[in-house]
Amino acid sequence: MSKAVDYASFPDKRGHFGPYGGRFVSETLMCALDELEAAYERLKNDKDFQAEFDQDLAQYVGRPSPLYFAERWTRETGGADIYLKREDLNHTGAHKVNNTIGQALLAKYMGKKRIIAETGAGQHGVASATVAARLGMSCHVFMGEEDVHRQALNVYRMKLLGAEVIPVKSGSRTLKDAMNEAMRDWVTNVDDTFYIIGTVAGPHPYPQLVRDFQSIIGREARAQCLDQTGRLPDALVACVGGGSNAIGLFHPFLNDESVEMYGVEAGGHGVETGQHAAPLSAGTPGVLHGNRTYLMQDDNGQIIHTHSVSAGLDYPGVGPEHSWLKDIGRAKYVSVNDDEALDAFRELTLVEGIMPALESSHALAYAKKLAVELGKGKSIIINLSGRGDKDIHTVAQIDGIQLT
Amino acid sequence: MSRLTAKFDALRADSRKALVPYIVAGDPDVASTLPLMHKLVEQGADILEIGVPFSDPMAEGPVIQLAHERALVHAVSLNGILELVAEFRTKDQDTPVVLMGYANPVERMGYDQFAERAGKAGIDGVLIVDMPPEEAEPLNESLAKHQLDNIFLLAPTTTDERIAKVAGLAGGYLYCVSLKGVTGAGNIDVDQVQTLMNRIKAHTDLPVTVGFGIKNAETATRVAICCDGVVVGSALVESVANAHKNGADVLEATTLIRDIRHALDAISG
Repeated sequence: MSKAVDYASFPDKRGHFGPYGGRFVSETLMCALDELEAAYERLKNDKDFQAEFDQDLAQYVGRPSPLYFAERWTRETGGADIYLKREDLNHTGAHKVNNTIGQALLAKYMGKKRIIAETGAGQHGVASATVAARLGMSCHVFMGEEDVHRQALNVYRMKLLGAEVIPVKSGSRTLKDAMNEAMRDWVTNVDDTFYIIGTVAGPHPYPQLVRDFQSIIGREARAQCLDQTGRLPDALVACVGGGSNAIGLFHPFLNDESVEMYGVEAGGHGVETGQHAAPLSAGTPGVLHGNRTYLMQDDNGQIIHTHSVSAGLDYPGVGPEHSWLKDIGRAKYVSVNDDEALDAFRELTLVEGIMPALESSHALAYAKKLAVELGKGKSIIINLSGRGDKDIHTVAQIDGIQLT
Repeated sequence: MSRLTAKFDALRADSRKALVPYIVAGDPDVASTLPLMHKLVEQGADILEIGVPFSDPMAEGPVIQLAHERALVHAVSLNGILELVAEFRTKDQDTPVVLMGYANPVERMGYDQFAERAGKAGIDGVLIVDMPPEEAEPLNESLAKHQLDNIFLLAPTTTDERIAKVAGLAGGYLYCVSLKGVTGAGNIDVDQVQTLMNRIKAHTDLPVTVGFGIKNAETATRVAICCDGVVVGSALVESVANAHKNGADVLEATTLIRDIRHALDAISG
């Protein structure tokens, strides 16, 4: 790894992180992306825009979120000190809202009246519907038909928020197909519509702007850690589906060479079974959804089915910046199986009284192993990216309990 | 001279419009594709656009999405399609063949390997829907080594500045997307197409075909007046799919192309 890399200077002007990223979309969208890029470049240094964003994060989302020392879990684990960045305490219950607030503000400043979004588990859909409701914009959320059935609660939540949920019946009827359909809608309604992408993937400038909006997580965590412990953490751990919560935590620490970073992918039934959602651990580079990145694909370049107990990680691609950080060795990417994540879900709930999202439980499960490896006197920050209320039905079902 | 250039030169000399049907390789089944290609030429096609199926065809409307899904059930691969075109070439050395698809299968094969094999198979041009000129330079280098044209899209949202840039990189012809939307979309606005064509023609002498939303002889002739050729995709794919579903001869479903040919020839000259 080269020490000369200034991570803050990526992506380059054309949206590339090394060989990854870029803008692989059909011609119709190129001008919309140019328009978005120009607006973002103008507004990211605009005092009024930033002030409004900061105020929304403080007063609507409830930031800063605490950095919590999980003292009892640390003691029971018997290793490094474990700190939790409590994104689960945000309004709507996950880190997703940091980004939807930012993008909805962009939409407002650009004069767009209609919001579209894709969603898998429904968290990003709910976060988008929430900000659309607040700004009085219409909101259409594309959701794979399979996910509409699996996540009935979030579907109803979006409807209560005034959004229209459109079940997507093409392909595998899950998140990736929802993203395809959102792109098709955007092509058709490109003049008046703003597409709020929920993760650090998609065509440039999305991976950059989503990262920038989510970087509030790492900026806060860095300052809180210095304040509470007097030094930087030894390691960061976050789950990676598309990778927005992970990049949000990692990015402000990238130039701190002593801080190790671990992105935890969904190992599903085990990476060796092929039934997982771990493109960085077991995939190959390719082009999907507007960017070049690691993908789960077959020898013919067709995208293959993914599996994870956590719907939010059930995606065959990953943000291009993660692909780059993997290749240059700045971050390590590992995987955790469904069972290990479920154990961590139960353990944190019992030991700390905090019920984590199944997505975040992947990070917890890996961090527990890492804490033992690093040993006492070291410290780890885990991004507790969301709360687990939405997963109670899934866990109950696994326990054989029928909730009414 | 490339087969595409020769074809457009000949059409221009006769004041005729190019008719470019699109089918998805392997739809409705693998055995039908080669006979369909020959039949389309027989019905009056000038150039064939062969869709390479992809699991995530982002720019397609429902009709062509389903065609991609049907083809993938038969595990149709880019490899298999190159072999298919090579077989087509044993009987037809004149009709240009263009592969239309998405970046990932080509990425997976590797640009150089793809270009070399496509050249050998007798393919004339490549249209990668999700690879705008900004990302196309490495592929262009590989294609150029094997005299393959890279065909780019232009859309109603394309600025004049971009038209000039895209035209500078394109070969063979330009594919003008008639509307803001996906393939097979409803309402083609001929006035809007005319406006866009005027903007395009101000920047390039390359032939320009128009696609998206051309369903029948009537829409084809209305659009053809202002361009060099028309692409007929969803309407043909749907017609073939219906024939297959009803147990009819899929080759007969190409009469749509014959009808459009007659109508186009009636307005030319």
